[in-house]
Amino acid sequence: MAEYPDKLARILRLIGRTQDRQERIQLLIDFSRRYCPVRPDVASPPYAEQFKVPACESQAYVFPEPNDDGTLTFHFAVENPQGISAMALAAILGDALSGTPLEQVAAVSPDVVYEIFGRELSMGKSMGLTGMVTLMAGFARSRLAQED
Amino acid sequence: MSDIADRGYANPEVLVSTDWVAAHLDDPAVRIVESNEDPLLYAFGHIPGAVEVDWTRDLNHPLRRDYLEREGFEQLMRRIAVTPETTVVFYGDKNNWWATYAYWVFQLFGHDQAKIMDGGRLKWEQEGRPMRSAVPKHVYTEYRAPERDDARIRVFRDAVLAHVNANLPLVDVRSPEEFSGERLHMAAYPNEGALRGGHIPGAVNVPWARAVNTEDGTFKPADALRAIYQDEVGLRPDDDVIAYCRIGERSSHTWFVLTYLLGFRSVRNYDGSWTEWGNLVNVPIKK
Repeated sequence: MAEYPDKLARILRLIGRTQDRQERIQLLIDFSRRYCPVRPDVASPPYAEQFKVPACESQAYVFPEPNDDGTLTFHFAVENPQGISAMALAAILGDALSGTPLEQVAAVSPDVVYEIFGRELSMGKSMGLTGMVTLMAGFARSRLAQED
Repeated sequence: MSDIADRGYANPEVLVSTDWVAAHLDDPAVRIVESNEDPLLYAFGHIPGAVEVDWTRDLNHPLRRDYLEREGFEQLMRRIAVTPETTVVFYGDKNNWWATYAYWVFQLFGHDQAKIMDGGRLKWEQEGRPMRSAVPKHVYTEYRAPERDDARIRVFRDAVLAHVNANLPLVDVRSPEEFSGERLHMAAYPNEGALRGGHIPGAVNVPWARAVNTEDGTFKPADALRAIYQDEVGLRPDDDVIAYCRIGERSSHTWFVLTYLLGFRSVRNYDGSWTEWGNLVNVPIKK
């Protein structure tokens, strides 16, 4: 497994301990139920294109909010009510990467999607979900560049 | 949306409405099957009594790039409690994209007691109909299937090349960006698993989702479909048509539309599609 920030690594270990596909799916559904749409004081529709997850058919958006310590808190909007996987990933990444040092967020590999969902994803679904990781890492890199 | 029978389809019996499904939830002669792109959706909630057919685990050959063989299909049908006489009703996410894919694979084994629920999961949810998360327990059945018949509705690359050389029609159901080859070069998008971009010469481009009403996922009426496939891009019902996309899933939707809703005589799905053609050495490509 690639190196991931501590909290994300803990979640991956939890997912990795599931015994079979059904148990993993149930766990991911539990995560999806923790998804909270972005607060209106952070962002409200229509959302700007720069926050849109590329290639995500669930019409997901990621909004970075700067923290005083230089890290970011990530908020999400998943516009498609059937986008359960996008909601699950948003809940996992929002919990695991908000407040995490930017260098670590920037280094998160899109392959984390396969460690969470397994390899049995369609190309379209893979593109959307990995796009969420890539966008978050990109926000972290931009923030780091501003600090330099 | 109007009643299915009033929409002018060539074979309206292949579609059922959400009302019809709601009235047959306990019908032992009917098995409702959900097929989705999103692997969490079925477990999150499904039509009461519905079973899941997953496109990767259940329909693909476990090793080769191919579909399951007769034994695997029989095993699948026993698991989902289907007999040769059972009417299988497919539905799913993404405007029934994966439902029509499963439907197409079932036709490779000749299970013609099959229908699509018009509007799919989207319409069922919009109507506030009941959903369950518990997986139903059905009694295993006996099912004897014929060998898979690839000749009628499936086509392989050599036949596609002969089709191109004979100037016969193809329909590329990918997005215009994929059709033009632009997608392979777009920044921030991973490539599509093909070394070359573009389309098969002679293909017209009709993105698959143009056949559905986006507000509720239902199929457009026959006159609207004819306006797209016949008037706009010039396909004809007596043509020998090949449909393709990236791996043959989106094109199964168009195969369904042309074959059943418009009554085209011969439509085959090229499941090798662009991931094969765009990687083949020395085949013609157009941009």
